[in-house]
Amino acid sequence: MGRIVLNNVTKSFGDVEVIPPLDLTIEDGEFTVFVGPSGCGKSTLLRMIAGLEDLTSGSIEIDGAVATNVPPAQRGLAMVFQSYALYPHMSVRKNIGFPLRMAKMGQAEIKQRVEIAAKSLNLMDYLDRKPADLSGGQRQRVAIGRAIVREPAAFLFDEPLSNLDAALRVGMRLEIGELHERLKTTMIYVTHDQVEAMTMANKIVVLRAGVIEQVGSPLELYHKPQNVFVAGFIGSPKMNIFSGSEAAKLGASTVGIRPEHLDVSMSGGRWKGRVGVAEHLGSDTFIHVSDTSLADTVTVRITGDIAVKHGDTIYLIPQSDQLHKFDPQGMRVAQ
Amino acid sequence: MPIVANASRFSKFGRPTLAWIVGILFFFPIFWMVLTSFKTDADAVKPEHLIFFKPTFDNYLNMTENYDYWRFAKNSVITAVMATVFTLVVGIPCAYAMAFNPSRATKDVLMWMLSTKMLPAAAVLYPMTFITKTAGLFDTHFLIILVLSLINMPIVIWMLFTYFKEIPKDIIEAGQMDGANTWGEITEILVPLAWGGIASTALLCFIFCWNEAYWTVRLTTTDAATLSKLIEGNRAPEGLFFGRLSAVSAAAVGPIVVLGWFCQKQLVQGLTFGAVK
Repeated sequence: MGRIVLNNVTKSFGDVEVIPPLDLTIEDGEFTVFVGPSGCGKSTLLRMIAGLEDLTSGSIEIDGAVATNVPPAQRGLAMVFQSYALYPHMSVRKNIGFPLRMAKMGQAEIKQRVEIAAKSLNLMDYLDRKPADLSGGQRQRVAIGRAIVREPAAFLFDEPLSNLDAALRVGMRLEIGELHERLKTTMIYVTHDQVEAMTMANKIVVLRAGVIEQVGSPLELYHKPQNVFVAGFIGSPKMNIFSGSEAAKLGASTVGIRPEHLDVSMSGGRWKGRVGVAEHLGSDTFIHVSDTSLADTVTVRITGDIAVKHGDTIYLIPQSDQLHKFDPQGMRVAQ
Repeated sequence: MPIVANASRFSKFGRPTLAWIVGILFFFPIFWMVLTSFKTDADAVKPEHLIFFKPTFDNYLNMTENYDYWRFAKNSVITAVMATVFTLVVGIPCAYAMAFNPSRATKDVLMWMLSTKMLPAAAVLYPMTFITKTAGLFDTHFLIILVLSLINMPIVIWMLFTYFKEIPKDIIEAGQMDGANTWGEITEILVPLAWGGIASTALLCFIFCWNEAYWTVRLTTTDAATLSKLIEGNRAPEGLFFGRLSAVSAAAVGPIVVLGWFCQKQLVQGLTFGAVK
């Protein structure tokens, strides 16, 4: 069981406060993703939960017990590091079995558990190799194996996929997702990649400068971003955000519209512009439109293919129910 | 035109020549000592027997028969080994703490440790002699082991600190997350990973202990006297016993030269503080 509650936690390095007072509850079995730009404090927050960083103030509860001053070894949490942090002098078998050996488990049971974990991660052929002889993806799987053998109260992932190449990353993303489905254990996952956040999470925590900007399910964040920052951060390509007279005409200080919620016409529409670059992906076309009255460049996402080229005049038509309106403070205006 | 490094004449011929000159310069005293140790005391000072002489083993035979060489050698081994072990037992946890859990004072502590090496030993000769005699520790193994340990502690901690710094912090933290306590982190992760560095450090520490003369000569008489003391005891102001003195010296440095020869790689690594990988 792994319900984790952060009460009013703060963290300062010297005079610099990286996490102002913060409250957060992570329910048992939830897959929570901390996402935000680099330097937003997401890794620090994860390390505070792990016990690798002390809290400056506040408290942490794991399973109802106060864990604020409990050393990391005794919190019952497992962590997967960005650098994998495998023990280079130990074989894969020893690496995976290490937490069990530290827990003084019997040899026979360690062997059995290591093999079950290795089998589920397709590592059976590599058990006697050293980490240096493994590929990046295999190392990542060993790190996950080392985390799952001990059946922790929760898994902590610190940007585990950022050292992998793009293709492998998609595969590992699915594997971690499946792992969560199978184990139903609480997982906290830190990433700066909003695609990872959107695809894996039950709950996304968007952080900026140590402050929680919004907590919600991926689709809540996508459909109802609470402020301009979340609106711009979640979604790919980025939401088009503009203010000024065009926003005022729509009755808001700032207005956002996602690229996929703009229709185009070559003959007429609400906003006129000129095609800059058109990216033809086959399934979609991304058109970067310049010289509009909205912003320097407006991105449009059209499903399928469309025959446009650089310099063409184009008209943009917003889907009016998909406009996001924000007040002068950048907060969402209810519609 | 591509720019290609042009190997200068100096690096081609000058450098090896210079290296040979320096090498010979360093080796010559050892060669001379060994050569002299096979001469009689009379031959040792005669210019006509500089290179050509009738070799004799008398100096070595005399040494084992008359001066109890093996007792001194045993004391040297005991004190150097024990001091090295003790220094590492204290130094490893110390360097571990400073490398992975540094505080604001860590840098100052390291500098302070090093600064103790700048103090001339003679400055504390009187208090050291007084304290050890009062405490009844004079001429004991315990004292020599303690002194050798304390002398070498700063340099050992510095070296270990440098080696430990090269281990990614993530790996130590992974150990913590995996349930290892401090003892487990040190024995299961730190020591195996830094084994090469620890071995070089231990070797260097052992050599320093073995060669130490200032305190071993002054704080011992017979019971804990090391080979340094034996050499010292064979020094005669008249300079009449060069053959004998050379044999004693050769027998004292012999073991360490042989050890150094076999461990060249570790020693170079140790002396460069892990800069060369």
